[in-house]
Amino acid sequence: MSARPVQAGVAGAPGVDAPQRVAVQPQRQRRFVVEAITAAVLIVMPFVLPHLGFAPNTVNRIIVWGLFGIGFDILFGYTGLLSFGQSALYGTGGFFAAYLLTIAGFPYVILALFLGMIAAAAVGYLVGLVALRRTGIYFAMITVAIAEVFYFVEFNPLAHWTGGENGLPGVPSPSLYLGFTTINFTSGWSMYPFLAFWYFIGIVIGLRIVRSPVGVILRAIRENPLRAAAVGHSIHGYKLAAFVIAAAYAGFAGGLLGVMQGFMPPEAFMFDTSGQLVMQTAIGGTGTLFGPLLGAAVWLFLRDFLQATLGLGATWKLVLGVVFVLLVCFLRHGIIGGIKDLLAFLRRKRGGSTGTGAAAPSAAASAAAAGSRMPRAGAASGKAAVAAMPARHAAAPASSGPILQASGLSKRYGGVIANADIDFTVNHGELRGIIGPNGAGKSTFFKMLTCEVPPTSGKIVFEGRDITGMSVTDVCQLGLTKSYQVNQLFNRLTVRENVTIAALAELRGKFRLDLLRNLAGIPGLHDQVERTLHLVDLASRADTPVSDLAYGEKRRLEVGLALATSPTLLLLDEPLAGMSPSERVETVRLLKSISRGRTMIIIDHDMDSLFELAERVTVLQEGRVLVEGTPEEIKGNAKVQEAYLGGVHGVLAQ
Amino acid sequence: MITWSNFVSQLFNGLALGALLALISSGLTIIYGTLGVLNLAHGAMFMLGGYAGYVAYEATGSFIVALIGGAVFLLLVGIVIERVIIRHFYTRPHGDQLLVTFGLSIVFVEIVRFFFSSLSKTVPAPPLLSGITSLGFMVYPTYRLAVVGIVAVALLALFFLLYKTRLGMIVRAGIEDSTMVDSLGINVYRVFMIVFGIGSMAVGFAGIVNAPVVSLTPDMGEAILVQTFVVVVIGGVGSFPGAVLGGIIAGEIISLTSMVDPGYAYVMLFAAMVLVLLVRPHGLLGTRGRE
Repeated sequence: MSARPVQAGVAGAPGVDAPQRVAVQPQRQRRFVVEAITAAVLIVMPFVLPHLGFAPNTVNRIIVWGLFGIGFDILFGYTGLLSFGQSALYGTGGFFAAYLLTIAGFPYVILALFLGMIAAAAVGYLVGLVALRRTGIYFAMITVAIAEVFYFVEFNPLAHWTGGENGLPGVPSPSLYLGFTTINFTSGWSMYPFLAFWYFIGIVIGLRIVRSPVGVILRAIRENPLRAAAVGHSIHGYKLAAFVIAAAYAGFAGGLLGVMQGFMPPEAFMFDTSGQLVMQTAIGGTGTLFGPLLGAAVWLFLRDFLQATLGLGATWKLVLGVVFVLLVCFLRHGIIGGIKDLLAFLRRKRGGSTGTGAAAPSAAASAAAAGSRMPRAGAASGKAAVAAMPARHAAAPASSGPILQASGLSKRYGGVIANADIDFTVNHGELRGIIGPNGAGKSTFFKMLTCEVPPTSGKIVFEGRDITGMSVTDVCQLGLTKSYQVNQLFNRLTVRENVTIAALAELRGKFRLDLLRNLAGIPGLHDQVERTLHLVDLASRADTPVSDLAYGEKRRLEVGLALATSPTLLLLDEPLAGMSPSERVETVRLLKSISRGRTMIIIDHDMDSLFELAERVTVLQEGRVLVEGTPEEIKGNAKVQEAYLGGVHGVLAQ
Repeated sequence: MITWSNFVSQLFNGLALGALLALISSGLTIIYGTLGVLNLAHGAMFMLGGYAGYVAYEATGSFIVALIGGAVFLLLVGIVIERVIIRHFYTRPHGDQLLVTFGLSIVFVEIVRFFFSSLSKTVPAPPLLSGITSLGFMVYPTYRLAVVGIVAVALLALFFLLYKTRLGMIVRAGIEDSTMVDSLGINVYRVFMIVFGIGSMAVGFAGIVNAPVVSLTPDMGEAILVQTFVVVVIGGVGSFPGAVLGGIIAGEIISLTSMVDPGYAYVMLFAAMVLVLLVRPHGLLGTRGRE
């Protein structure tokens, strides 16, 4: 905490260079550290765990659960999709591989594992198509139902291939021919290196995925799917990708289960399998990829301990159930989350020894100081930034004529008419203001323009293209987006991550599966993010989580998100709402600098600010266009005064 | 060989199962609709109802006492877990709610296993309703006919409670918008507790009504939970009529498919769910609302 003001000061002064160094280097260092530690721990485990009372077969099971869980954590921990149906994919991959290796007589164990993985991924794709039609609770229910179907299908219609309730015995164990000798991985510790190797490969790939652009977008979907779609990401595509990735991990782990035991058990398909995976992941902690491994270790260790050492017999599950309920109640983010919280607490306590009470005010003061200091620096660097940050089609602003034409636009909600027959045209490079009393239909009008809600009738043409009925994602990809009246941010992510998410949509298109690409390897991303951060004056707060920002800062980030997609036409829905007078002045200055070289439409209730900003103003009343004109014309218009003041003339003109 | 009387008898079986599913699903759906919590322990509570009834029956030998005992016990269980646990999860993410109710379901199942072992228990049908009844063209177990009647009465009672009382009006308003109900000066938390209790009572009652038809085992609730989910997805979340319609559809699908090949009962049920999801994503009688 105490280091931050200094850092902010240093970072603020030289401009772009300092934060860049801070941002890139730790990430690159940490990347190798995590993988190296994983490898080291996997190598050391066989020498340490027996002393803690782990049987070798238990350790092998933990590894398989851990690998299964990497995919599940990507689905649940990163994307926020809680599936209770992973057993279906675990069983599919397992039985596909086991069938090949036993009944079909296929000789290559490793190839069979991969074929099982592909089968599970293919099935996962189909299941995902159905389950992802709905979100949240529906998704959970559908996955439960799907898993149950797979269980019954395995037992009955497919019993001929899967052995039904007997499973598939006689799955061969793998061996590695090295030219001079053959290593056989049979059971216990001799099987361990084989499993540990695949776990390591799994974690390396998993870490690459969560650090790739796709990984960032998955977290965006978890935090705020609405906004993730609105900045131009095809969230359905990415959710399906996460589901297929989870299915592939499940399928491979299922195959390993059969190989490890020499027997593919039908229990792999049971609901209990899904439940155990969910519980182990929750116990270990989500969002780190390692939670499931830790959770499995705790779960299986406690099971053995309660069953054998304490002699509880079948009651072990009751004890674990109670422990699990207590854990969910009191330790929200699992063991890893608990350790993180504890470390943060200790750090705060150590920092607090110099004065706990002083810490918060000093942080607030430094933020305030930064706030008052930064605008000038921001404005200075902002000028340079604006020139360097053109809207997408550089040639477009030069052209004149309409960029957006709405004709006969109406929206009815049942009997309520929100908008009626609106004709509205904005020219290239224009800065248009929209005002109107509450309930005039301004926000609905914006939602129709960005295709968030479809119009009941009418047509919207953007840059000569009819966009009526398109999705909000596609429209954003064309260069039309808006900032929201109520902040729609990715709350648990940092400011930089927020802006990155929006910038990625423009740089990568709405859907691309560059799963193994490093974020730093995307040309232009870093520059675009830094420029946007400077433009909205948040460069000094780049690594702060959004939940820690002040309201005014969140408001600026809201605009920044829209801006980072490099729109040619930017709609701003009440950007000044809830701001203090001094914040308004700053924000108006910000909006002015943004408006250079792009077309903007702004809704706001702050007429003084809006009249200062806008070249032309459209007044909406009761869902219709009341009048349109220059700020001067609007100020003097009797109809407008009547709309706002109910017939008391002259006040507005003063 | 499928005969006409076989078909009709399966049709009746489907109706009995469907009525039961309707009652269980309405319990789940009013809890979810009002509180926004999907109770994964609902299946385990169905099982608890059966066992509570079993205990009451063993103690008194009266089926009526068993019915009342099962329902009242689950009412109490519902109220207690709402007060002690569920209440603290209203403001937490859906994921946490699912996790905690899933944990509760395991605890319930294992407690029952601890006290009653995994061996199955039976509750006989009352003498008045045992035996078979001749319907003229076929004979049919009397108790299964009675199940349809008993559940229909319970569903009607639930209907009156939801649509004809002040409490019901609040509950239905809460399903639409619980924040608004709260700001109108109604103690939403008390209503939540009552709703959770009523939903639990409905499933507990279903559990004991079903007991003479099947035998009781600690993990019998799992299959019911899955069927209930399908019912709710087909009928529409938060919709009482949807739960009834979905329940009967699901019951008939399971029953009629079982006549041909029991192995495909779930496949057909699932196919119906997919069909509904494709054609009407919000369920047959559901409206776009909370997810």
